[in-house]
Amino acid sequence: MNVFRLEMWSPYVVGILIGLLNIVTLIISDKLLGASTSFARTSGMVRKLFNREKVEKNEYYLKVAPVIDWGWMLVVGIIIGAFISAKLSGAFEVIVIPNMWQTEISSSFFIRFIIAMFGGITLGIGARWAGGCTSGHGISGTAQLSILSWVAAVCFFIGGIASALLIYGI
Amino acid sequence: MLEEIRNNKGMQLVLGLIFGIIFGFLLQKGGVSNYDIILGQLRLQDFTVLKIMLSAVIVTMIGISILRPTGLVKLHVKEGSLKNSILGGLLFGVGFGTLGYCPGTIAAAVGSGNLDGLIGGMIGIIIGTGIFASMYSKMREKKLVTEDRFSKVSLFDKVEGNSLKLTVPIAVVIFLFMVILEIAGF
Repeated sequence: MNVFRLEMWSPYVVGILIGLLNIVTLIISDKLLGASTSFARTSGMVRKLFNREKVEKNEYYLKVAPVIDWGWMLVVGIIIGAFISAKLSGAFEVIVIPNMWQTEISSSFFIRFIIAMFGGITLGIGARWAGGCTSGHGISGTAQLSILSWVAAVCFFIGGIASALLIYGI
Repeated sequence: MLEEIRNNKGMQLVLGLIFGIIFGFLLQKGGVSNYDIILGQLRLQDFTVLKIMLSAVIVTMIGISILRPTGLVKLHVKEGSLKNSILGGLLFGVGFGTLGYCPGTIAAAVGSGNLDGLIGGMIGIIIGTGIFASMYSKMREKKLVTEDRFSKVSLFDKVEGNSLKLTVPIAVVIFLFMVILEIAGF
């Protein structure tokens, strides 16, 4: 049995390998895994198409420049890597509505789409406000023993658990 | 040699892509590209997400502890404040539970075929970060985005001598927490 064709690996094995990957990226690229900054860069790239001057003068985009960098390529890589993994195990499937949502909430794509977009907007604002996401703060920041990352990670889960229980009931 | 690789921008873009492919592969194999597994975690029914995160934290933390004295790795601790972490973190959490993916896992979800992640979620996150960029100057003025005494602070800098005497006990506590989860049937 080829391990790469297995549908799932033990979460502990996956976690240990992500940790090792984090060490390798630190050594070779002097960077840690994180994803949310790349979304902010993308927002700047898109907005530049409509109003170049405004983006160039924006204080935030002066700090987080709308350019393709290591972290941006990392997110592109995540899409490709997940595709390869799903294809190898035969798990790849075009899913319009997640199973749990469909059976417990609604089978309307429109509703799922609106809620997902609302969630995405909220998450996007929160990620940049807190300065990181589940990987940037939750794994890389906590592993560097940053107090702010530990606080952020706990808040991610408090907010996440509260909203999940509100949506699905306790 | 290492400095040359780190400073070679073209090579770093290729490396970023390669590391991303490995990261995405692992996220998918771990099942966290799946909405049901992430929501299972937030509904406290399935602890896959925490198991992956905490194992990764242990390895990264111990790795830094061992390699930092050699000068091979440097810390990159984020700036910010308790206020940013709490308010931003809670808002992120609400979005996390509503969307069902986070910025890394949504990319993995898109790669494994989730259209709600692509059309609703990814576009939503890009809009959200864009809104934050527009509000950033005002939020700084109104002291909603700040830096306090915890900004860029790591406990690694607070230990005298070998940092393993701090990181090993933390790793043990995290490990015991995971053992308890397993015993409790999660």
